[in-house]
Amino acid sequence: MPDATGLELTAQELRDADAESILGTVFHRGQATLLVNPSSVHGVLERLQSKGYSFLASLHGCDYYPEEPRLGVLYELLDMDSVDRITVKARVHTDAPRLASVVDMFPGADFPEREVFDMFGVVFDGHPDMRRILMPEDYEGHPQRRDFPIGGEPVLFTYNEERSYGKWQ
Amino acid sequence: MEVTREPLPGAGDFRARQLLSRDMLRGDLEGEALDRYVEERVMTTTLDKAVAWARGNSFYPMTFGLACCAIEMMSIVGARMDIARFGFEAFRASPRQADLLILSGRVSIKMAPVIRRIYDQMLEPKWAISMGACCSSMGVFNNYALVPSDKFMPVDVHVPGCPPRPEALAHGILRLREKVQGTEKQGWRERYDAVGTEEVLTSGDTDGVQINVQPGDTAGA
Repeated sequence: MPDATGLELTAQELRDADAESILGTVFHRGQATLLVNPSSVHGVLERLQSKGYSFLASLHGCDYYPEEPRLGVLYELLDMDSVDRITVKARVHTDAPRLASVVDMFPGADFPEREVFDMFGVVFDGHPDMRRILMPEDYEGHPQRRDFPIGGEPVLFTYNEERSYGKWQ
Repeated sequence: MEVTREPLPGAGDFRARQLLSRDMLRGDLEGEALDRYVEERVMTTTLDKAVAWARGNSFYPMTFGLACCAIEMMSIVGARMDIARFGFEAFRASPRQADLLILSGRVSIKMAPVIRRIYDQMLEPKWAISMGACCSSMGVFNNYALVPSDKFMPVDVHVPGCPPRPEALAHGILRLREKVQGTEKQGWRERYDAVGTEEVLTSGDTDGVQINVQPGDTAGA
């Protein structure tokens, strides 16, 4: 992990390259997080990759309801040489959840980006195959969002057996 | 203590039958003796019963595992439960050769059409066992992802448990055998003489009443 100073130095380096890119830094319990402007995610990851963070360990989504912007996309990067980890977090609104895809830099981001799209509805521009990965293709809604209703198919018991779609012989 | 030895009852009779069989095989038996010989050894039944007996003692389950219940399903073929005792051990890798589908695990909405297709590909007569809590009632996964198996295919036997022990599954298969062989004991209602106590609501009753409905559910499907 970079320490708090190292995180600030990295952030400053990225700000020098693009002043708008870094919105803030969080250093919490030894974990370094860069809050990134959603429009400059691709550029920031490109610079971090050339700095040595060459491995995208995880890419996942999060819903911070009721905070705004609600949706977060987190990129966990790993520097294999110095064993440094850094988290890049981008927050997007639910009305226009769009981010640039990083599949061109990290081919392993292909399926995670599709999963984030499936579960949270964040669209990744430039992804070669942006469609659902886990839920059926005709499914409506994004089930990991926190305003998605809890509970699924009602279970058949004897009291509602008569009214099920298929009353089997 | 004095030990007395006695010949087994009917031992002489056994020797007589042995000699009779020998005569029959040699073709020495004729007339009334031959008629009596055949009468003593032929059992009559109906064809349906014979077929049901054969079917019930030779299920070919489909090699099909869905989740953790599949591990328990595999272990019933092992030495401890040894389902081969009942003739059910030949797991078939193709639905065309199988006549028993054991749904062992959770069924996701995306998997349901696949399972329905496999079930449709199986040849008649065919049966299905829903194994474990997930595929009967979605178990702990009562959320967007799963669907109970009764919703998309007919299920003959539900085996409860999370996961059910191999003994439970073997019991389920034996109950299915009873069903196939026509000696069906449906379940606890018959055992406890409780037929007629089902809580079936007529459609008129349920307009204002919702049973077991949580927020987000559709009432009663």
